[in-house]
Amino acid sequence: MKIAIDERYCTGCGICIEVCPKNIFKDSYMRSQQGYLMPEIKNEKNCIECNLCEKLCPEMCINVVSEEVSQV
Amino acid sequence: MLDLAEKYLRKDALPTIFCPGCGDGQILNATIKAIDDLKIRKNIASVSGIGCSGWIPVYLDMDVLHSIHGRAVAAAEGLKLSSPDKKILVFTGDGDCVGIGGNHFIHAARRNIDLTVIMVNNFIYGMTGGQKAPTTPLKAITKTSPYGNSERAFDASRLAITAGATYVARWATIYPNKLEAAIKKGIEHEGFSFIEVLSQCPVQTGKYIMNETNPWNMMNWFKENTEIKNNIGEKNSEKIRLGEFINEEEEEFSTQLAEVRRKFNENSN
Repeated sequence: MKIAIDERYCTGCGICIEVCPKNIFKDSYMRSQQGYLMPEIKNEKNCIECNLCEKLCPEMCINVVSEEVSQV
Repeated sequence: MLDLAEKYLRKDALPTIFCPGCGDGQILNATIKAIDDLKIRKNIASVSGIGCSGWIPVYLDMDVLHSIHGRAVAAAEGLKLSSPDKKILVFTGDGDCVGIGGNHFIHAARRNIDLTVIMVNNFIYGMTGGQKAPTTPLKAITKTSPYGNSERAFDASRLAITAGATYVARWATIYPNKLEAAIKKGIEHEGFSFIEVLSQCPVQTGKYIMNETNPWNMMNWFKENTEIKNNIGEKNSEKIRLGEFINEEEEEFSTQLAEVRRKFNENSN
């Protein structure tokens, strides 16, 4: 699982923090390129790929990439 | 950035002018999903009016006509008649569509011309600072109604149904999957499709009308104060109805006009 927030476009609205059912996004003191307070990603491995963060981000700056499932 | 956004957005126009948490961005999000699923990128053009919603299609990397206030539907009608094989998507706000654009709107619905009109309803004139709009609820506080709005509000979806629109649906930004499905259905529908989207404006509607500026809380207000039914119900019901209200097939305007043109050409030969 790889979750990335594009710091060029994040406006710190906080919707991803509220909507994630696994509480992967948290408030932080990191700043985006435009100066907004950005969320940080904790416990990325808990992601269940519901994609709610992708669908509800108003700047479309969150991308959830599925990891290949190993055959072993 | 979202993979689909890489594919469909005009990178040199970014970052967007949308305020943090604005519903406009979420509607753009649902739109690019719908366009990608339908695979109609080469066959679709967008028209928008004036207001924050007028910026939604400007970020799309496709043909876009950013017209003047209230005239999005009018410009779209002209575009459709000159390119009848293309699908036309119209982005308009509540003030743009049922305020200054009210007349164009009711006649386009009456004609049943094949357009997909997405009206972003934030219940206010947001871009200009928060003035009351034809959709602002009675008694609401806005910049131009500091003691409470003395006018009753239009129900834009009800107006569309009465004017003759053949696909009418209303959703909110808290329902991204339903919204995407409605946009797809509206585009595929041959006739006037009207999709109203209740959308949070944290800076104006939030501050003045709802007394709540957190966008997630505003989205949840849309969930708690609405109910999903497949008909628009009675006026002044306690909760705002969401859902698909009308989905009918009737003679479409541009095909009718093409038929008239054909008869004329036949006659003059």
